[in-house]
Amino acid sequence: MKNNYFAKKLRSPSALNIMYVPALIFFIVFIFYPFVKGIRISFLEWNGYSQNSQWVGLEKYKNLFTDPDFYTTVKNTFIYGVGSTLLQNVIGLAFALLLDQKLRGKVIVRTIVYLPVMISSIIMGYIWYFFFKYDGGAVNDLISFISANYEPIDWLASGDRSVWIITFVNTLQYLGIAMMIYIAGLQGISKEYYEAASIDGAKGFSVFKNITLPLLMPSITVNVIVNIIGGLKLFDVIMAMTSGGPGYASSSISTMMYQVYFVRMDAGYAAAMGNFMFMMITVISIILLLYLRKKEVEL
Amino acid sequence: MKKFVMYITMFLITIIYLVPFYILLNVAFKPTTDTSSFWVPPRQPYLGNFINAWNNAKLARAFLNNIIITFCVVAVVIIIGSCAAYPLSRYRTKLNNIVYMFCISCIVVPPLTILVPLYKLIVDTTGTSTYLGIILPHIAFQLPMAIFLYTGFIGSLSKELDEAALIDGCSRFAIFYRVILPLLKPITATIIIFVGVNVWNDYTFSVFFLQKPSMYTITVGLSQFFSQFSNEINWVAAGCLLGMLPLTTLYMFMQQYFVKGLTAGAIKG
Repeated sequence: MKNNYFAKKLRSPSALNIMYVPALIFFIVFIFYPFVKGIRISFLEWNGYSQNSQWVGLEKYKNLFTDPDFYTTVKNTFIYGVGSTLLQNVIGLAFALLLDQKLRGKVIVRTIVYLPVMISSIIMGYIWYFFFKYDGGAVNDLISFISANYEPIDWLASGDRSVWIITFVNTLQYLGIAMMIYIAGLQGISKEYYEAASIDGAKGFSVFKNITLPLLMPSITVNVIVNIIGGLKLFDVIMAMTSGGPGYASSSISTMMYQVYFVRMDAGYAAAMGNFMFMMITVISIILLLYLRKKEVEL
Repeated sequence: MKKFVMYITMFLITIIYLVPFYILLNVAFKPTTDTSSFWVPPRQPYLGNFINAWNNAKLARAFLNNIIITFCVVAVVIIIGSCAAYPLSRYRTKLNNIVYMFCISCIVVPPLTILVPLYKLIVDTTGTSTYLGIILPHIAFQLPMAIFLYTGFIGSLSKELDEAALIDGCSRFAIFYRVILPLLKPITATIIIFVGVNVWNDYTFSVFFLQKPSMYTITVGLSQFFSQFSNEINWVAAGCLLGMLPLTTLYMFMQQYFVKGLTAGAIKG
């Protein structure tokens, strides 16, 4: 009788649910539980090590809004996020349009543009450090070779410059992904649309604006969302090129969090930053997603 | 004429993308005493930097750590991920839909935002600088995407396969094992690549969780090496070159798999 019961259970679909239990355990232990715990830690004055901690309520969140360093950091994070997204999409689409033409060697160029995606951003950051280094850096060398009375610039000494240099490095490295998604999108557009357009006498830019772009909207949505999330949480390249310095001048929220946790040993503040970043990324990506989805329907 | 401009542009793109590697090679093959510009190739290739980088950054150990960590994460993600995806894709009950939504929502949690509590968890369980302490969090963060891809792929397989096997008296577990699993090869290749590359190149988790030099991965080893020997720029370059070699070489031989895997992995939204 009992045997029969189990045999029956085994044949019913719900028995299969046991197959996702291991995955659920992973999510609960390593994502859900820390997420909830992080909210608690953000209400504490705690150095991250000791057994003693003190409940300080919303203090850490109040600090966020009065801390000038955090203000700089948020501004940088937006430049990293929005800047990389714009650049990767505009240049990525341009590359895709070019490398989708009937050109010899285009596959090789695609391969080369995609190559940096394989390389750790830390290593990529160091390679670019050879360019923007003050003493004997490749960029300074090149400019002084071209113009005789050029005074070498310490590119990474200024936060404002570093932020854009890092955005550029990040863009160049991950452009390949956007490009490949756009190439796939372009190849998915039926030739008939273009034939119909050329019969109607449409040319060049108007074809691009009225046919290519609207039909490419799904690829644009994917790329924009992927890039904005990637850019807003940027960490590796910054650590490699400037470690967020000087001070917090080129810091993103991620790198400041690292500093606050390990150097300033203010775990509550770091956790508050993490939660702030989570809210920020979630809200921005949901708004963008809804907006782009609406556009997809309209066009 | 138009074609000509296109070819010129293509050529320029190639140059821009190859210049960093040109500079890297120049720096890596020059002795420290050679202070000529990075743009000038070395007079004769000097291999001393590689020996110094290999020994000082303890790259042998770092490579081994990378291989162990990446292999374990990939293997577990494939097994747990494919298993989890099967009921979620085939039996869309209310409960399973909720579970699926929970898995998918885990995709959007950037690991960095919960690093502080996660780090605390690893410290409390004395998991810092151990293989398990880095492998388990990696698995948790790579799984959602794997489940997403597997669920989509299984959904595209005909349900008649399952029904035929069921009529033949297969248990539901046996159906997964005998019928579905063999069909998952293409998507598994994609998942191996994107999980593999993500974990291999990871810096965020590794720099938090691996603090003993003997446990450093390539990225952490190189970053420590860089802060220690930032004046020995040639050594650092040699280290970078060694560190990026495995994946770039694999990429050259299996391009289409890599492009497919990483592009699928990027489409997370």
